Amino acid sequence: MSIPLSWYLILAAALFAIGLFGVLSRRNAIAILLGVELMLNAVNINLAAFWRYLDPAQMAGQAFAVIVFAVAAAEVAVGLALIISVYRRRKTVVADEIDLMKW
Amino acid sequence: MTQSDLITILPLLALVVWACALLLVDLFIPKGRKGWTALLAAAGLALTMGLTLAQAGREASGFGGMLRLDGFSTFLNVLFLGSGLLGVAVAYGYLKRMDLERGEFYSLLLFSITGMMLMAQAADLIVIFLALELLSIPLYVLAAFARPRADSEEAGLKYFLLGAFSTGFVVYGITLVFGATGTTSLAKIVEVLAAGSLGTGSLLLTIGAALILVGFSFKVAAVPFHMWTPDVYQGAPTPVTAFMSVGAKAAGFAALMRIFVMAFPSLSADLTPVLWALAALTMFIGNIIAISQTNIKRMLAYSSIAHAGYILMALVAYGNPAVAADSVASALFYLVAYAVTSFGAWSVVMSLEKPDAKGLEINDFAGLGRRNPLLAAAMTIFMLSFTGMPPTLGLVGKFFLFRTAIEGGFIGLAIIGVLTSLISAYYYLRVVVTMYMREGEPQAEGEYWLTFTTVVTALATVVLQFLPAALFALAAGAVLK
Repeated sequence: MSIPLSWYLILAAALFAIGLFGVLSRRNAIAILLGVELMLNAVNINLAAFWRYLDPAQMAGQAFAVIVFAVAAAEVAVGLALIISVYRRRKTVVADEIDLMKW
Repeated sequence: MTQSDLITILPLLALVVWACALLLVDLFIPKGRKGWTALLAAAGLALTMGLTLAQAGREASGFGGMLRLDGFSTFLNVLFLGSGLLGVAVAYGYLKRMDLERGEFYSLLLFSITGMMLMAQAADLIVIFLALELLSIPLYVLAAFARPRADSEEAGLKYFLLGAFSTGFVVYGITLVFGATGTTSLAKIVEVLAAGSLGTGSLLLTIGAALILVGFSFKVAAVPFHMWTPDVYQGAPTPVTAFMSVGAKAAGFAALMRIFVMAFPSLSADLTPVLWALAALTMFIGNIIAISQTNIKRMLAYSSIAHAGYILMALVAYGNPAVAADSVASALFYLVAYAVTSFGAWSVVMSLEKPDAKGLEINDFAGLGRRNPLLAAAMTIFMLSFTGMPPTLGLVGKFFLFRTAIEGGFIGLAIIGVLTSLISAYYYLRVVVTMYMREGEPQAEGEYWLTFTTVVTALATVVLQFLPAALFALAAGAVLK
């Protein structure tokens, strides 16, 4: 085992940060959703790495990773439906133009 | 599945099965007679409530300690089911009036309540994540339920994007905690922390706990993670807003209390200052921005942000073992006070709402005191309760919160709480003044179940204050051990 655990954690942290940046900087709703997905993938890398390096006999990490991407898929299905329903009326998915309500 | 497992999840199981069956049954109920779906949904909630109450006082743990049945979960489950029942009561007439009568509304509501109940019973970080998603995903759909109304679609989309974003924080934080301690079970995390040999893991643990706090701050709408709240509360159909402001907030606090009080008391030195700042900012900013609102839904949204701050104030002292029990009990007490008051206020808003989001300006309440004295009196009670003035439950709730803060040694925070309550009197009483002192001809809806909800919540707000000791004893019995 030549690759240390910290490398995986750094990769996951970088991916999380990229996703975070994507959510905060992109204006297209689909791109924001992509950013969120990157954040969730960082989670899965973390889980797989912790499972492998801490206690491979215990399945909690793997099971958790499976749950995370199953739930993420359900969430995306709802999210895309919402985006499509907004697009049908307004012909746009750019977050700045979806601004009916402001204080 | 052992008997203990079954006992632990019996109410949950009943509600899930009922919700799935309701989804099917609804297909055979013709359009225009969706009252039957509402009735069946209410029956399912009542049945679950019966099961929950029958188990009151019982303690069990199931599925290898992942789920628990204890006083805490029973107390919150009753709160969730009660708010679900009130939600069905106010939604029935509203959906009909706004031409939104679609049966899936009730199934989605039931699924969301299942998620909240799961959250109250969760004793494992994986289950907490699952419960968070189960309660949120139906709420995203419900917020957009008034489609093709543009503001509702927008509310749904905004809630979804911010909600998914905050879930990312929660679950990333959970993985770091898992990495640091090697387990996701809250009970085992406590054991590992007590053994105290984390080394570099303690950094991971602190970061993880902070990320979980950020994620749930989005859910309970604490400043600076509150930006979605006014837009979503304004755009979503009003029964959904009412349910969200009560149920989703209580579920968020349930998770925070479970995680922090049960698993992370040892991190309080790092987290208490953060919670202090969150609570102070939330109380301050929520109340200040509410002053400038002219739309009643937006005003109540900022008021709900401010109240999240008051409840957070009780949790600031969670690390001090002498006050930890009081801090949970007073937070639970205030959640009940807020639930009753908030549902009542939203039901009055619904009585005056007209199709296409008309009738929602505070000015539209002018003259209500003369046109409809009952409704105006109820609204006055709710506004007084929000402010924390007698003769209402809000006063007692705030008293317990401030007492906890002072016992914990956070006198500065309690003073901020009192000052911001004074500020809030300005915009709450403005509604009362508008109702009684200004001329207007508002047309209020006299729908039976809506009036019923208004009257019941108004009575509860007044009557429950006379037995604060009994209610507080209930909340104290629900404290985490």
